[in-house]
This record gives sequence, structure tokens and C-alpha cells, in this order.
Amino acid sequence: MTLLEIRGLGKRFGGLDAVKNVDLDVQEGQITAVIGPNGAGKSTLFNLIHGFYRPTAGSVSFNGRDITHSSPHNSVSGGIARTFQTTHLFDDSTLLENVLAGRIVRSKSNVFDAIFHTPRHRRESALNHDKALEALEFCGVSEFRHDLASNVPQEVQKRTAVAMALATEPELILLDEPAGGIPEEETTDFGNLIRSLPGRGVSVLLVEHKMSMIMGLADTILVLDHGQKLAIGSPSEIQSNPDVIRAYLGSTQNEEN
Amino acid sequence: MNALKNPRILGTLAVLLIIALTPVAFGDENYIMRVITIGLCSAIAVYGMNIILGFTGQLSLAQGGFFGIGAYAVGLLTTDFDWPFWQAFVVGVVGTSAIGYLSGLIALRTKDEYFAIFTMAIGFIIYLTISRWESVTHAHSGVNNVKFPEAGDIVDFSNPTAMFYLVFIILLASVYITYAIRRSSVGRTLLTIRTSEDLADAIGVNVGLSKQLAFAASAFFGGIGGGLYASVVGFIGPDAATVDKTFEFLMFILVGGMGTVAGPLVGTMIVTFLFELFQDFQAYRFIVLGPIIIALVIFAPRGIVGYLGGFIDKRARKRRIGSARKDGSAGANDSDQANGSTPARGSTGTDAAGRRGTAADTITTTEEEKK
Amino acid sequence: MTLFIQQLFNGVALGGVYCLAAIGLTLVFGVLRIPNLAHGSLYMLGAYVTYFFLTTVGVPYVAAIGIAALVLFVLGVLLERLVFHPLRNSPHTHHMIAAIGAMFFFQAVAQAIWGADFRRMETPLSGSLHILGAEISAQRIVIIVTAIVVLSLLTWFIKRSIHGQTIEAIEQDRTGAALVGINPAMVSMLTLGLSALLVTIAAGLVSPINLLSPTMGDSLNLKVFAIIILGGLGSLPGAIVGSFALAIAETMTSTYISSAVGEAVAFVVLVGVLAIKPTGLFAKAVQR
Repeated sequence: MTLLEIRGLGKRFGGLDAVKNVDLDVQEGQITAVIGPNGAGKSTLFNLIHGFYRPTAGSVSFNGRDITHSSPHNSVSGGIARTFQTTHLFDDSTLLENVLAGRIVRSKSNVFDAIFHTPRHRRESALNHDKALEALEFCGVSEFRHDLASNVPQEVQKRTAVAMALATEPELILLDEPAGGIPEEETTDFGNLIRSLPGRGVSVLLVEHKMSMIMGLADTILVLDHGQKLAIGSPSEIQSNPDVIRAYLGSTQNEEN
Repeated sequence: MNALKNPRILGTLAVLLIIALTPVAFGDENYIMRVITIGLCSAIAVYGMNIILGFTGQLSLAQGGFFGIGAYAVGLLTTDFDWPFWQAFVVGVVGTSAIGYLSGLIALRTKDEYFAIFTMAIGFIIYLTISRWESVTHAHSGVNNVKFPEAGDIVDFSNPTAMFYLVFIILLASVYITYAIRRSSVGRTLLTIRTSEDLADAIGVNVGLSKQLAFAASAFFGGIGGGLYASVVGFIGPDAATVDKTFEFLMFILVGGMGTVAGPLVGTMIVTFLFELFQDFQAYRFIVLGPIIIALVIFAPRGIVGYLGGFIDKRARKRRIGSARKDGSAGANDSDQANGSTPARGSTGTDAAGRRGTAADTITTTEEEKK
Repeated sequence: MTLFIQQLFNGVALGGVYCLAAIGLTLVFGVLRIPNLAHGSLYMLGAYVTYFFLTTVGVPYVAAIGIAALVLFVLGVLLERLVFHPLRNSPHTHHMIAAIGAMFFFQAVAQAIWGADFRRMETPLSGSLHILGAEISAQRIVIIVTAIVVLSLLTWFIKRSIHGQTIEAIEQDRTGAALVGINPAMVSMLTLGLSALLVTIAAGLVSPINLLSPTMGDSLNLKVFAIIILGGLGSLPGAIVGSFALAIAETMTSTYISSAVGEAVAFVVLVGVLAIKPTGLFAKAVQR
């Protein structure tokens, strides 16, 4: 079943097309990847889907509902979570507090519940705590839960960012270069974490530079170049696509060298 | 009683207890009781500031204006319109909150410096209205003989000690509300906005609405503080609504600690005491206090309670990090055996020991302590 | 019609004053990313220092403004060095609070030295000109001329001189500027000094028309903030256009409606602009 449906999506900044006429279907239970050289519009695409930017053309629908113009907080409550390219965490808070922040969107209790300590408030506090712990554990960082976010290694921060996104109980998670800044030898572990997400009922759409990781991970790959679709298909199709090899694979290999 | 083991709560209760007992020491000294009671009124308004500045991280310069609206509502309604205190008080507080809510409609769209400048304009407009609208507010002649709260024959609120306890009880409620908000997901929402609006947005926080409600809440407490103040002092003039008032509040909260539960009260009481010391040179006190505020914000921005709290947190965290490490890795191992099919968990479980070495200093020291 | 032309000139003169005050403020925001809430009190101090040199020391009017401008330049540099520089990495609320601290300090100092009462500054310039039937006082002509001269000099300074160019470079791209060897700390001090200098010229020019008091900067403070928000924080052309627009709107509403409305125009504009566009009318496009 198609979870996220993007049709003719475009965004112009000034006179430049950052993203132009992009179509993409994200299937439920799958891992879909977006790749492309720097400046190909990958992050812009994410920002458009999540509502940080307003598209100038096209539409986005999620679960059959049009979300083209919805704001980020509505996207999150609708079931789309995201992480950022540079890890965004609340540095002065512990990892547990960070992930608890992800529970805000699922909390129904208000100020009066808090003041009068209503049963709803108690129930919800306990539930939030459990869900946050579970998310931390799922991402393999529960032992760091009382550490400040600024005090833990990069990889733990990245995992916590995923846990925070998971705490919002998404159906789809957008990961923007989740393995960026992680040492090469740990990307396999991180890939395993991503691979385990669909089993939890969370479909994945990710942007990633590390080709080796993508090829072993994604079910479908969209290749962007200059904001437009260059190719779409399974990893093996992409690997054998001459356009892609010319435009992207060659150039990244050069970059990496 | 778990709460009594928490040094934060204990400290707050101790401060409250000391203040509750002041009438025992100064009950006969009307002037001192009055100064303390006025301080408590300010503290209530400062709790409002704490919600918008301390929790939400937005500098509101309208708090003095809201204080003024509360004061003038009670002042004018109980004198010119001869309403009983309580009705005037309720109308004043509701009115102030409503004004806060409505101006919040615009404030919610602004952020950072724009928010500060916007609220400064709101504060100034309120002040201008109060000081210029002579036919209603009497402008600089002010309002005389504001009524005391009525209580039938039970209590006589013209007695300074009785008035003190009335304000004190309302202050207690403010402290408790701050505490409850701080611990709930509502408080978490506001703190999230303080740290990063973009990140808050990304995890599903409705930043605009939260800001608007926080601003309305700050107005609510401002109105309460102002309304009580009018009754305590009996006479009010436009200076109850000036930007200077806002600045006093800022100073109180800065000294005590922004975003803390006890900070506004502690700060207000200490600075009120300082103000009394500088009493003789009222007008010039800012020659000393101006540089103090700058020094505070540069060298000690967390305030007294902020620093104490930080110290307590650090100790508690060290202890908990230690135990989390122990049961954290144990937990991961358990789940390995029970459920080897989740690759993410399995691999990190074995990985944990190796990664521990790279963790920050605090972690290794805790482990050494535990040995 | 005569009244209209008369008021138009008054409005332009007032616009010149606002302009000199607003440009410094917007430059400071552009370079330091700080809304200097103490700007109005620098204006007030500038007026009093000019008054001191003119009346107490007895130097000529122009020299008094010049000396005061230099004194305030030094004060601006000190303000940056002692207050804003240590706070450059703090949350944005902190430097605003510190600026308020400085503002109240300056007001208290002025009150301690010169008292809380209003003071009048005599001007050596008297007489007036008749243009299109309207009578324009010499002081206002001087204001308009000076504003034009100072603005031209400033534009020249920013476009042509090394110091000015560094200011512009930092305004546009702080990290980039640091990479090409511009010292941001130096430029910050220079910019704050310059803003104090400009606002002192404004104060020196307008003081003979208005009265001096320690709180004279309060309403100007809000008006210039309204102006630079209208013009877009950090934008020089925006500040110039905003100054004249607001000044003329203010004079006209004072004349044709009431002085209270005239006084409120700035706030109505401020609140209105923020309601329509929370980042200022002509703010540089933010990617969002």
C-alpha cells in the first residue's frame, strides 16, 4: 500500500528550482532512499514533505490525506517524524528527557490536568515514560538515558535522535543522513537499526550519502539530480542505470576519494 | 515520602516556611509587613514572567503593563464604581488574561528580538493609556483608597498580617502551579521551545499556540499580582505600569533563577531587601543596580536557585548514570537471549562495552566512584 | 495648503532626526545581531553631553555636538566591549536584559548629574525661511541639511573606506568575513561607537526644539525600533525610508487628527507590521 504519495512537487527559491516535478511513492513497510549529489535538493525535498517549506508546485498526500500545506507539527501528529542532517538534540537535557519531548505530540493532558494531578495526567506521565524508555532501548542507547545529550558520543546522539522521532509514534520516519558523522565501522550497526524499523510498523524514507549502506538497505531508491528525478528503482536497477552511473556514482566516488 | 528526599523540594519548602513565619517576627512592624507583602505581590507577577521568559525563553517586556492593568482594574472598580474587592479582582485578572491572550495572537507569530520589541510596545501602550486617559484613570493623580478584600466578619484584611497571609496563600498556589507545569508535558513543551523552535516544530509542538498560551498565562499572573498590590498599598499611580516595573521583575527573576520553581520568590525577596537598603537614594539606585544586572547576566545568568539546582542535578545524575549503566547493559543482554531476532538491539548490546570507553569524562568518573 | 507644506517640512526634519537615530540601531543589529535596547538612552546622554559642552563649558554649538559625538563614540565602544562582547555567545534574551540594565544605568546617571527636571537648550540659530508660504525655522533647515550630509558621508564611508566595507561584509556574512581576515570584535566596537555617534548628532540637532529629560529617550527608543522593524532589521535603505515615512505620518496625524494619535502612530505601525509580517516588512527573504 502506498503510504506517502508525492506528485509533481516543486520548490523555487528566487528564480532557482531547488526541487522540480518530483514524483515518489513510499510503500508501507519499506525503506525508500533518496540519493543524489550535494545540492541535488534532497534536504529541500524533506523539508517540503514535512512542511518546513511550502511547495510552489505539486502535492503531497499521506495515507490518502492531502498534507501539501500542513505545518510541521501537524505532520508529526499525523504520523510523520523526522531527524535532521546535523543532529538536533536538546543539549542540556538527558537523553531520556530528549525522548520524552518526542511524547509531547501524543500527550492529551493540559495545564489543569497537571495542576490537579488528574488520573489522566498520571496515566499519561507513566505511559510517556514507558514509551520513551522503550524507544531508547529499541535504539540501543537506554544505558545512556541519564547522560546529558552533549556528553555522549556522536553515534549515541544519532540513535537518540531516532528514538526521539520514534517516540512520536510515527508511521513514516524521514531520516536525513542518519549515518553522517558516524565512524565507518559503526554504520553496519546503524543500518541494522534502520532495517529493524519496518518491523515496528514504521516505514522509512531516508537521504544518505554512504552508498554502500543504501544499497544493502533500501527497497526503492530515488536518484535526484539538480532537483529533478534522474531514476527510480531497486538498488540493482539503480546500480546498472547508465544515467546514474554517469551523473552520480562516478562523481561521489571521486568525492569520496 | 519520596518528595522529602528531593533537595529541590526541601529547599523550596524551607524558603516558604521562612516567609510564612515572618509575621511572627515582624507582626507588629506595619512598615516591614507591608514591604514584604508588596514583595510577595511582585513575586506572583514574576512567576508569570517565569513562564514566558524562564520556561518559553521569550523576553516579555509587557509584564509591568499587565501588572498595571490588574492594579488599575481593582483600583478603579473598587473606588469609582464601588465594586466589592473580589468582583473587581476577578474581572481584573480575567481582563488582563484576555488582553494577554489577544496580544498573544500577534506575539505568537514573532520570535526572539521581534517578540521582545513587540511586547515592549504592548507594555508602552498600556502605560500610555493609563498615564494619559485622564477621564478614566485620573492619570497622574492616581487612585486613592482602594478597598481591602471583604471577608464578612471572619478576617479583617485591613490588618497587615491578615493581608500578608492572603497574598501568601495565593503565592503558594502560584509556586505550586509553576511546579506542576514544570514537571508536566506542558512544561516540557515550553522548555522545548526555549531550546530550539525548529526542533520543537519538528517533534510536533505547536510553537505558536504554546507561545500564545504562555503569554496569556504570564498576563494572568501579572494581573493577580497587580490586583493584590493595589489593595495592599491602597494608592496606585501610573508608575505601577511602567517599563521600570518590568525591569524590576526582570531583576528579581534573574537573581533568583529563570525557569526554576523557587527562583522568582527567592530573587524577589532578596532584591526587595536590597531595594530597601538603597531606599534613601530611590532615583539613583539604578546606578548601582544597572551594573549589577549586567554583571549577573554575564557572570551568573542562572541565578541563585539555578546554580543550586544545577549542583543538585549533577549529583543526582551521576548517581543515576551509574545505575543506568548497570541495569542498562544487563537489560540489553536479557533481551538478547529472549529475543535475538532484533538485530539492532543485539548488536548494540555487545557493542556497549566498547563504546563506553569513548564516552565523556563524567561517565568514567562515575564508574570509578562506584568501584 | 500652507499648513500642509509647513507640516511636510516639519515631518522631513523629524525624519532626518529619526534617520540618524535609526541607522545606527539597524547597523548594530546587522553586525552584532543585537537589538540594542539602550539606544534611546544613548540618545538621551548625547543630548545632555551636548548641553553640557554648550551651556556649562561654553563652546560653540557645532563644536559641542562634535565633542559630544566623540564622547558618545567612546562610550559606545565601551558598551560593546564591557557588556555585549562578553555576551556574544549567550542566549538572545541575555543581551537584551543587559542592554536594559545599561539603559537604566544611563538614565540614573543623567538624573544624578542633571536632575529629573526638564531642561531647555538654547540654540544660536534663529530666524526662519519662507518657502512656498510656509515658515520653516532655521533649526529645522539645519537638521535636514545635516541629515543629508551625514547620510552621504556614511554611505561613502560604508562603500569606500576599509572600515566601512568591513562593516558591510560582516553584516552580510559573519563567518565568511572572519575567514577573509576581518576581525569581527573590532568591527563590533566600531559599529556600536558609530551608532552612538550618529544618535548623538540627532540628539544635538533636535534638543533645541524639544526639552531635555532623563527619560527623553524612551519614546524615541520605541519609535526607532518601529522604524527598523518596518524597514527590516539590518537594512540601511529600509531604515531611511522607514524614518521619513513614520515621521511624516506622525506629523500629519498630529496636525490633522490629534497629538495623542500622532504619538501612537509609531506603535500602531509597529504592532501592525508585526501582525502582518512577523519578521518586518522589507526583511531579507528568509528561506522558509
